[in-house]
Amino acid sequence: MAAHLKKRVYEEFTKVVQQQQEEIATKKLRLTKPSKSAALHLDLCKATSPGDALQYLLQFARKPVEAESVEGVVRILLEHYYKENDPSVRLKIASLLGLLSKTAGFSPDCIMDDAINILQNEKSHQVLAQLLDTLLAIGSKLPENQATQVRLVDVACKHLTDTSHGVRNKCLQLLGNLGSLEKGVTKDAEGLTTRDVQKIIGDYFSDQDPRVRTAAIKAMLQLHERGLKLHQTIYNQACKLLSDDYEQVRSAAVQLIWVVSQLYPESIVPIPSSNEEIRLVDDAFGKICHMVSDGSWVVRVQAAKLLGSMEQVSSHFLEQTLDKKLMSDLRRKRTAHERAKELYSSGEFSSGRKWGDDAPKEEIDTGAVNLIESGACGAFVHGLEDEMYEVRIAAVEALCMLAQSSPSFAEKCLDFLVDMFNDEIEEVRLQSIHTMRKISNNITLREDQLDTVLAVLEDSSRDIREALHELLCCTNVSTKEGIHLALVELLKNLTKYPTDRDSIWKCLKFLGSRHPTLVLPLVPELLSTHPFFDTAEPDMDDPAYIAVLVLIFNAAKTCPTMPALFSDHTFRHYAYLRDSLSHLVPALKLPGRKLVSSAVSSNITPHEDPSQQFLQQSLDRVYNVQHLDPQGAQELLEFTIRDLQRLGELQSELAGVADFSATYLQCQLLLIKALQEKLWNVAAPLYLKQSDLASAAAKQIMEETYKMEFMYSGVENKQVVIIHHMRLQAKALQLIVTARTTRGVDPLFGMCEKFLQEVDFFQRCFIADLPHLQDSFVDKLLDLMPRLMASKPVEVIKILQTMLRQSAFLHLPLPEQIHKASATIIEPAGESDNPLRFTSGLVVALDVDATLEHVQDPQNSVKVQVLYPDGQAQMIHPKPADFRNPGPGRHRLITQVYLSHTAWTEPCQVEVRLLLAYNSSARIPKSPWIEGGEMSSQVENSIEGTIPFSKPVKVYIMPKPARR
Amino acid sequence: MPEIRVTPLGAGQDVGRSCILVSISGKNVMLDCGMHMGYNDDRRFPDFSYITQSGRLTDFLDCVIISHFHLDHCGALPYFSEMVGYDGPIYMTHPTQAICPILLEDYRKIAVDKKGEANFFTSQMIKDCMKKVVAVHLHQTVQVDDELEIKAYYAGHVLGAAMFQIKVGSESVVYTGDYNMTPDRHLGAAWIDKCRPNLLITESTYATTIRDSKRCRERDFLKKVHETVERGGKVLIPVFALGRAQELCILLETFWERMNLKVPIYFSTGLTEKANHYYKLFITWTNQKIRKTFVQRNMFEFKHIKAFDRAFADNPGPMVVFATPGMLHAGQSLQIFRKWAGNEKNMVIMPGYCVQGTVGHKILSGQRKLEMEGRQVLEVKMQVEYMSFSAHADAKGIMQLVGQAEPESVLLVHGEAKKMEFLRQKIEQEFRVSCYMPANGETVTLPTSPSIPVGISLGLLKREMVQGLLPEAKKPRLLHGTLIMKDSSFRLVSSEQALKELGLAEHQLRFTCRVHLQDTRKEQETALRVYSHLKNTLKDHCVQHLPDGSVTVESILIQAAAHSEDPGTKVLLVSWTYQDEELGSFLTALLKNGLPQAPS
Repeated sequence: MAAHLKKRVYEEFTKVVQQQQEEIATKKLRLTKPSKSAALHLDLCKATSPGDALQYLLQFARKPVEAESVEGVVRILLEHYYKENDPSVRLKIASLLGLLSKTAGFSPDCIMDDAINILQNEKSHQVLAQLLDTLLAIGSKLPENQATQVRLVDVACKHLTDTSHGVRNKCLQLLGNLGSLEKGVTKDAEGLTTRDVQKIIGDYFSDQDPRVRTAAIKAMLQLHERGLKLHQTIYNQACKLLSDDYEQVRSAAVQLIWVVSQLYPESIVPIPSSNEEIRLVDDAFGKICHMVSDGSWVVRVQAAKLLGSMEQVSSHFLEQTLDKKLMSDLRRKRTAHERAKELYSSGEFSSGRKWGDDAPKEEIDTGAVNLIESGACGAFVHGLEDEMYEVRIAAVEALCMLAQSSPSFAEKCLDFLVDMFNDEIEEVRLQSIHTMRKISNNITLREDQLDTVLAVLEDSSRDIREALHELLCCTNVSTKEGIHLALVELLKNLTKYPTDRDSIWKCLKFLGSRHPTLVLPLVPELLSTHPFFDTAEPDMDDPAYIAVLVLIFNAAKTCPTMPALFSDHTFRHYAYLRDSLSHLVPALKLPGRKLVSSAVSSNITPHEDPSQQFLQQSLDRVYNVQHLDPQGAQELLEFTIRDLQRLGELQSELAGVADFSATYLQCQLLLIKALQEKLWNVAAPLYLKQSDLASAAAKQIMEETYKMEFMYSGVENKQVVIIHHMRLQAKALQLIVTARTTRGVDPLFGMCEKFLQEVDFFQRCFIADLPHLQDSFVDKLLDLMPRLMASKPVEVIKILQTMLRQSAFLHLPLPEQIHKASATIIEPAGESDNPLRFTSGLVVALDVDATLEHVQDPQNSVKVQVLYPDGQAQMIHPKPADFRNPGPGRHRLITQVYLSHTAWTEPCQVEVRLLLAYNSSARIPKSPWIEGGEMSSQVENSIEGTIPFSKPVKVYIMPKPARR
Repeated sequence: MPEIRVTPLGAGQDVGRSCILVSISGKNVMLDCGMHMGYNDDRRFPDFSYITQSGRLTDFLDCVIISHFHLDHCGALPYFSEMVGYDGPIYMTHPTQAICPILLEDYRKIAVDKKGEANFFTSQMIKDCMKKVVAVHLHQTVQVDDELEIKAYYAGHVLGAAMFQIKVGSESVVYTGDYNMTPDRHLGAAWIDKCRPNLLITESTYATTIRDSKRCRERDFLKKVHETVERGGKVLIPVFALGRAQELCILLETFWERMNLKVPIYFSTGLTEKANHYYKLFITWTNQKIRKTFVQRNMFEFKHIKAFDRAFADNPGPMVVFATPGMLHAGQSLQIFRKWAGNEKNMVIMPGYCVQGTVGHKILSGQRKLEMEGRQVLEVKMQVEYMSFSAHADAKGIMQLVGQAEPESVLLVHGEAKKMEFLRQKIEQEFRVSCYMPANGETVTLPTSPSIPVGISLGLLKREMVQGLLPEAKKPRLLHGTLIMKDSSFRLVSSEQALKELGLAEHQLRFTCRVHLQDTRKEQETALRVYSHLKNTLKDHCVQHLPDGSVTVESILIQAAAHSEDPGTKVLLVSWTYQDEELGSFLTALLKNGLPQAPS
């Protein structure tokens, strides 16, 4: 017992010593490097049992080692390795060697010899495997050293005959990663011969251990990835592996076959048991198709995925994948799809009412039926019916890729995709709808197919419905009945789910503009006009009526005869809708009316575009503003801002630029106005009241600059400089105003210092852009910087004031593409009079649905704000998964906001709005100064401020007191 | 010669009354014990007297295995165990064990209470019979006794349906029962590993059919139902209580959920409620979707499907009703049918096959005026639809399963003879395995070549390994040793050890051979020539020239002597031991060819 205690004491003692050393190491940089390896050495010498040694090594492995001390550590480890008898410790050392050789900045060629050396004397298989792994790490660090690689490959070949699968695995891995790419070339210069790695690896395709077989195939794939052209002979070997007992082997073999088929698509291979020959890619396609009905779903997924990328396959084979060759009682049967098609072409609707409808037709010659070796037969039919949804999704994706490259296949696979709309898993349904959209250029929907597609419109999942609307936007419909059907179903959808309004209108817009000639005969019916009688005027606010009008007006755009069919009120409604829903209703050439909007033909390039010119001219005019008297300058600015704002409203494609420029001018206007204030001329104490204007202006300029910086997508660095410059001016203004209105000098010290820091910061961040800022505020400021640093606050303020007045108005270069971020909250609509009742103290979930346009990185920047009537505000961070990305530049936020409050007596409204969070320091390009500092990591994720960018929506809520 | 014998007592070239006897390595197993739907006399049960005339069944059969709860697979079980007398174990899966007695009881009620049969098994007998059941889990290997083991695989088809592997030593048989290779809305697809049995006994209901994709059928079904209820019509779906009914329920339930429909769906009560209860319990036996989502909501907890009450049939407005029985021959489904038949807005959907003579069959074949009892004529104005939802594997599915299991031979049961014949040809042609299709009572005998394990001493193995080159995978290799057969165990040991163990003295066996050579020179010179010749030819053997004039190659001794009569001929005496037989015969052959001409 005493001995034991003593031992415990010693153990603890040693631990303490070690910790101290490490603590020192963290503090004193100089001491660390030698001491780390020394400490290790000390520990390893001290270790009495293998268990102890292992513990020390584990502890050691937790901390990184600097590149300079790696070699020392390695020496110590190796030294210990030779002495160590316990394989587990040797294993750990071997793995540490591998880790250490990966250290950046350390060249591991010095330890290679040792590693190979210890490899030769090692008996334990596990340690051997680990050592080979270490060698792999070393070899991968020295990719250009041919001699090393050849040597390592030799070592690997030598150990390939090891009895342990682990060692063989690692050897193959090493060969795959380091094996020479030029085969069989004798390197006379270095006296080294490279081996034919491919053959060596190929020999292990028939190893007795499945893990080794897998490793061999993987090594082969690795060779391929490194750019070695595999032999065609591998194909036959790989085909044999397809019937392996183990799924991982089969899975890898499928990949290998795919690779070979891509390498030699056009070679000819014989079909066994017949004299025929087919292209290799076709043969491989047939084999992979066969694997779609494999026993293991992992293999099935793999096979289904790879099928999609085999585009060179002959169409004959491709089309087989959709044909299962039905039969019933030995007679050929037509599929339901074929029947539907036939019924359709014979002009009859599918009845399906007769029992014998699907009765089999002609007899089949029993000899000709091939039940299993029919290769590609029905592969996709099987894949789409699979038990696992992973396989089904993979099959749908593959269908999509193949259909995109082959229009005839697209036509054929349509029926199957349509069928997938009814899958039990929503993900699969969604995927198949998206797939259909992607191939919609190649297809025209038959009426019966359209019928099935449209049936899905009633789905309760919003994602599905919207995907379907998107699909309908780009679908070709063949008949006018089809259009009518689509319209009817969409209207039904509208009544069932009123929230889909916008999506449906948009869908009808495209449907109309794609099929003007099909819509034309439907117009009288849709508008319910009558040749003799006037009909009642429909309600203009009815979403369904608007939907019909959107369809008709868009069709009328390319169909000049259509407006003749309109009745009077239709024209009135047109005018109204053209104004209120201008994004949905195009400009029409109506008889006897002027064009409502300037018809800009789209072939005019932006430079010739008159509105673009106008924008440019008015901006040019403004930039000459300093030559005018202050009064004139102000007026000109005001006019220009007004013009720009109006232009932005009229020309949606210029809205971003116009708004952006207008905001900038607004800032300048505010600055000029503030400097015109009388307060500057009068003694300080009298202007407490008036100074409000100037400080308000400063504040507003700040806000506007934040908006400019963060609310527009496509802002480049040169704009950011100007924006920051404007902000700096605003800060200067603020400082001056405060100085004028504050009594006493003490608070000014801090403020001045802070301002000077800001200037310094500005200089550091935008040093590259400073030459562009000639004659500007900051330019002058920096000239005087040494003087400012030395002078007193009062002087500083005086200097600033004069400089602000003298500084030139900077020209804002316009970016190429700029869009203002905007958000619209679709739901809650804020129209409900029924308050949302819930028990106070508990939570109620409010569904929020909003579309975001041109928001960069919405997952991090968009927040939801809830304002309670008592002024309490709450910011909610939506989950990243709540954002969907339906198109470029567009995002959709569908989330739930949890509200809670104590009891109210009356129902009251809370405001919900979206905020754009920003953080100015994250945006600034990282300069080397900041990178080293500690501040950068801290500011990374914090929110500096927020900009509201959606209209607030009011929600009526009523927290009731809990009943006792 | 060891063999596997298979005798179908039922389901041989026939559908119904599945009962197959298998004897494998002296073990006798009975697979399924079903009744025949088509008969009401003695033929409805298998002829158990075939098994043994006088003795007790328990002595003869080692176990009984039931694949699933359909009556044509388990209907005769109480009769067999209680009335004929069998006390051995009966194996089935847990769901089968739970649902089987319900169906048996139902069957008994109809037979005894409705048809008034005497000498039928009683409720008590069903209970006693179920006490003999041993339930098994999927993929669980159950040791029936020391040698016989069975293992269940998932089969789809109905809840709890399983395929069974029966294994004795290295010989095995797989019995599929009924199975389905395509998943449906509530069950997954059958799966088996590459177990390479000696014999695969598979059902072949759809031997000559390749079915269309399931999705079309489902879509059609849903569309028809949806259109009818939108029109305001009522939909009647006659079903049998278990199996397809649950699939259709799930289908409609999810559709209702997706489409946000409010129209009521009813399910006629009765044994369904009990069965649904079990469907809720055995979630692990269902398909991926149900298994993954049951934590949020058990799919069998129907939200839209409610219990049916007789009075509901007269309610106005659209509704969907599932009612039993499936062929519209009696019961609730027929009652509802009579009420609704007159309205053309309504619809009846027959989801399965209908036997001739039933109302279902009549309306499916297009009859619009039906004579009911009491001379009433019922005019059928409602729409009649037929949808085939069947859960058997089609020809492709059967081939797929055969491909997965890789059996040595296949035996077809549970199908019609003509159709089996086609499938048999296909299997033989494409897998190149023998395929059988015995009729009832016909025995198929399959010779097997069982592998016999032999123990080898490590020392011997290592020694032989060293001698040979690399061990090549999966290739036979030659090694020398002595096989000792003792107490039905086999061991391979080195000859020295064998001698020691058996207490025998070693005998030397030497071969000698004389080779005549035309050589006029002296013996020593001849020996020298032989030596140099051998030295040149056998590079990798140790060739020595001994001082006494003889030559040795390894342990083979060669001596040259003058021929007693003809001095021009020298006689070479070659002598070798038994162990060096290979080298010795090679040497003699070499020497017989003569020596090369000496360099002059």
